[in-house]
Amino acid sequence: MEIFGIPLQAFLGQLLLGLVNGAFYALLSLGLAVIFGLLGIVNFSHGALYMLGAFAAWIMLDQFGINYWFALVLAPLTVGLLGALIERLFLKRLYKLDPLYGLLLTFGLALIAEGIFRELYGVSGQNYDVPELLSGATNLGFMVLPNYRAWVVLVSLVVCMGTWYLIERTRLGAYLRAGTENAALVQAFGINVPLMVTLTYGAGAALAGLAGVLAAPIIQVNPLMGSNLIIVVFAVVVIGGMGSILGSILTGLGLGVVEGLTRVFYPEASSIVVFVIMVIVLMVRPAGLFGKEV
Amino acid sequence: MNKANKLISVTYLLLLILALLAPMLGLYPVFVMKLLCFAIFACAFNLLLGFTGLLSFGHAAFFGSAAYITGYFIKSQHFTPELGLLAGAVGAGLIGLVVGLVAIRRQGIYFAMITLAIAQMVFFVCLQAPFTGGEDGLQGVPRGALFGLLSLASDTAMYYLVLAVFVACFLAISRIVHSPFGQVLKMIRENEPRAISLGYQVDRYKLLAFVLSAALAGLAGSLKTLVMGFATLSDVHWTMSGEVILMTLLGGVGTFFGPVFGSGLVISLQNLLADKVGSWVTVIIGAIFVLCVLAFRKGVVGELQAYLERRRRAAATSDV
Repeated sequence: MEIFGIPLQAFLGQLLLGLVNGAFYALLSLGLAVIFGLLGIVNFSHGALYMLGAFAAWIMLDQFGINYWFALVLAPLTVGLLGALIERLFLKRLYKLDPLYGLLLTFGLALIAEGIFRELYGVSGQNYDVPELLSGATNLGFMVLPNYRAWVVLVSLVVCMGTWYLIERTRLGAYLRAGTENAALVQAFGINVPLMVTLTYGAGAALAGLAGVLAAPIIQVNPLMGSNLIIVVFAVVVIGGMGSILGSILTGLGLGVVEGLTRVFYPEASSIVVFVIMVIVLMVRPAGLFGKEV
Repeated sequence: MNKANKLISVTYLLLLILALLAPMLGLYPVFVMKLLCFAIFACAFNLLLGFTGLLSFGHAAFFGSAAYITGYFIKSQHFTPELGLLAGAVGAGLIGLVVGLVAIRRQGIYFAMITLAIAQMVFFVCLQAPFTGGEDGLQGVPRGALFGLLSLASDTAMYYLVLAVFVACFLAISRIVHSPFGQVLKMIRENEPRAISLGYQVDRYKLLAFVLSAALAGLAGSLKTLVMGFATLSDVHWTMSGEVILMTLLGGVGTFFGPVFGSGLVISLQNLLADKVGSWVTVIIGAIFVLCVLAFRKGVVGELQAYLERRRRAAATSDV
């Protein structure tokens, strides 16, 4: 069976690969959006935190024999704690300044993390085996579905929807949204805003770390994996607009799929298709697909 | 004020004499040339960040694509060096026009992200285009002879060309900033809504500043190709965009001499450490970034200016 002259197997395979990439875009742009909303900082370290998540999982397995399932919880926690520390030590001092300084500071932090891991582990990737429970593939009749990739898409969808629920439907989320609108007023109502800010940055970092752990068995764990991804995620964020949580999830998944399809029909353009879409969106709807700002 | 101006003029004159004498002082000429190329790059970047208030995170796109354009025209089309430089600068200016048209549709933080994303697109084009040599880049670009007459093969001849271009760029940027056009740019930096309300077509001014900055950054990249004889992917990589930001920030955003000083520091540091510490260079660069943002936002030259200003004020009040 063929679609536009492409074998159906290959077509669906790339579609799935696109969906997996889209899941990562969604997880990362979600974290970026949450952090930007409350802190007003575009977190350039997000790619580095994703890389750290993957390395944390790899080191846990390699040095301490901690398996994937524990790493899935422990690695994001570690990265989240590191994030909270970064917020307390550095970002806290920048809130009264031009938001551009936040971008520059987190860029510097990303360089530091990347440099250290390059020095320690080199640029060649480290292998991380797919956990036994999820190895292998299921034959669906029309295609063979690698179990682990399905798992990645499933987990990130659940986590994304969970985050959406937490922010849009719970009391804590209400504080968070109120803090985004007017932090001083929320503080005046007796809510510990600085703590909330620290936790938010930590949570965003943990999301990036989780994406890293999920990615570890699929791609080679290497120090540069984050910086290559973060620029695409920035484009995703510009396309979606950072105003809406659901918007960034949908944009992330959608663009992953579009990228996958491009890889089927015109492979040369697959690395730039997201940027091209960004340019088109900017021409037509400068605020982004889901953006509120005029 | 007059006294201060005189002091600055004398300093610049001394620096110029020092630069003219540099080949005789035994400084390694290729190093000084590289430094001057990056100084042009940083000054061009500063025109945008320091005097218009736009943070572009994609200036490597202009620097690098001009490096490739110049390399291609000189190597494959046998252009003379001055035409090669011109082609690079014009090419970068045209790319700047396209990028600028898209990027100025958003402000602040989005502007930075958009320029970064488009620069990444340029990077992938350079990686895959047929005339860029892919991973290897363009190697062995000949220096040729200026106007077909004056051979640039010797480092001394090349050095004086680079110095002349640098001085011309520096003066041009100073002229632009002090012109009525430059004053409007400063107003946009300080208060964009006010500029709009006064009837200025802000987007046009921003676009022109962007194109000028891109063209000058391109000229720097072209000159670098001519000096080193190659254009590589690292010229278009986003780390290059980061480095030029660091040079400007370290030296002093919005000062004239800051970017020159900053590029001198960064390039010397890289040269000094490259063989000894490997990847720690990235860590050190990152640490300087963090330090600059946290404690040193005016940069070296900016802090110096602020200090002199404070002293002058203190002296003025004690006189009264």
